[in-house]
Amino acid sequence: MKTVSFISQLIIPVFILFTILYGCAKRVRVYDCFVSGAKSGVGVVIKVFPYLLAIFVAVKAFQTSGALEFAQEWLGGLLEFFHVPIDVVSIALIKPLSGSASLGVFTNIAKTNGPDSQASLISAVIMGSAETTFYVLAVYLGSVGIKRTRYLVPVCVLADLVGIIIAISIVKFFFHFS
Amino acid sequence: MNTIWVLLIATSVLFSLLNGRLDEFTKAIFEGAKSAVEVSLFLLGIVSLWLGITKVIENSGLIHRLSGFFQYFVRRLFHNIPPDHPAITSITLNFLANLFGLGNAATPLGIKAMQDLKTLHPGEETITFEMMVFIVVNTASIQLIPFTVIGILADYGSNNPSAIVLPTFVATFLSALFALGILFAARRIFK
Repeated sequence: MKTVSFISQLIIPVFILFTILYGCAKRVRVYDCFVSGAKSGVGVVIKVFPYLLAIFVAVKAFQTSGALEFAQEWLGGLLEFFHVPIDVVSIALIKPLSGSASLGVFTNIAKTNGPDSQASLISAVIMGSAETTFYVLAVYLGSVGIKRTRYLVPVCVLADLVGIIIAISIVKFFFHFS
Repeated sequence: MNTIWVLLIATSVLFSLLNGRLDEFTKAIFEGAKSAVEVSLFLLGIVSLWLGITKVIENSGLIHRLSGFFQYFVRRLFHNIPPDHPAITSITLNFLANLFGLGNAATPLGIKAMQDLKTLHPGEETITFEMMVFIVVNTASIQLIPFTVIGILADYGSNNPSAIVLPTFVATFLSALFALGILFAARRIFK
């Protein structure tokens, strides 16, 4: 574990050093080049901002209005039928919407159920295998001004759903929960 | 996205009305706006940083080396990108950043990849299939080691927090495969 985490800490510094030295070797004015590239970052973020704003406002409103809790209760009954802990619903619903909120929910599940419980393990796998889909969609589509997304959004939502079912089955299989 | 957004806002207003949380709703939208600004400021820093680095990669010619190295793998997935196109490098770098769990590098490189993909169809406002493949792989987020999650499990006294590494990897790999499968199936259906 230690060596793996050391290697992953090493990646970015080594990559940046290598890039800069390679540039110097090819007689590129590395500093000026970096600055001119960085300048375009401002335009990108300004372009993405309104999309981010729209999605953040909607997600926050959805969370506080009680709609999320309602969906959790409703889906919780369904999951109980399949012998899946109810807490899994909250992580499955919040993960595609918000990264920071899902981290909070996950920490809470680990605290209340214990870190080796079925609920914690399933949530851990969902945390590691799912992405904040709507944030990714807003940022990536916004950065290039795509307006017509064809069938992308339904595909992503369906893929998220399948991903959660996979996460639940894998944990049950690996850790022998019935 | 239009449908999703309308759905989120409309159900939120409806539920705040039913639950008597109208005041909270108003507070929530301002709070959402505030966190959008915070995240954007954060993005401004890391996006500019990585765009600076990738500019050095481009101008030094390192881009051709990198794209040559990963071309085989990425080109299998993206048939319509010409060889030596910058998109191949930025897509590869974004995938690698995701793989190693470097979220701060993955998003800026992903934005770069989207812009490179856009140069293949300038001025087009409809998404291309290549962009969809790229986004779907990103939302499936293939990750080798979920460090944050392991850290939290360890914090609460797990017996063996790294036991979730293999299940997570299998789950993320399978869900990426299924996601791509769904996308390719959707292309057949909606063509």
